[in-house]
Amino acid sequence: MADPFLIAAAALVALALGLALARFLRGPRALDRVVAFDALTIVSVAAIALAGLVTGRAIYLDVALVYALLSFLGVIVAARYLEGGER
Amino acid sequence: MSGMLWILGGVLMVAGAAFLALGGLGLWRMPDTYTRIQAGTKATTLGTLLTLAGIGMIEPGWALKLALIVLFLMFTNPLSSQVMARAAHRAGLKPAPQTRADALADDEGRAAE
Repeated sequence: MADPFLIAAAALVALALGLALARFLRGPRALDRVVAFDALTIVSVAAIALAGLVTGRAIYLDVALVYALLSFLGVIVAARYLEGGER
Repeated sequence: MSGMLWILGGVLMVAGAAFLALGGLGLWRMPDTYTRIQAGTKATTLGTLLTLAGIGMIEPGWALKLALIVLFLMFTNPLSSQVMARAAHRAGLKPAPQTRADALADDEGRAAE
């Protein structure tokens, strides 16, 4: 098995998720949170694909694709909404 | 031999995950919104692409779907980062004090004259 690789990759992805989540919680501006959310979703696509590799089920790839599509739309909408000035 | 491809895929996967972690670190450490956009989109895009490529080498049967995800990410990530940067600029967010140039503000100033 590619276990050492998987463990290392999972640990690094978890570190990335933690740092992005910390920035999401800290802010300080609303757009910083949108940026952190965008990074979170991109990292999550890799994390979902890794989960598929761990479980050996290809259905996770469809989940990753749909997740990338929907989160992209969410980021675009949030950024467009904040364009007019933020609170 | 599939063992070789396995090792290559594992190395690619870990390298991609390392780029993801570096992107997260940049997101945490960078001084203002614009530099955070750089760290949060460029590094994570490369990291995700490398991770998916590594997974495709470990599981060659998944290559087509992984290629679809990669193609989609390559279209959407630059777009979302550009929209976020424009939103930050239009919302009047100030860049960090050590920033030297603001080409968009220069352009808009020239257009207003």
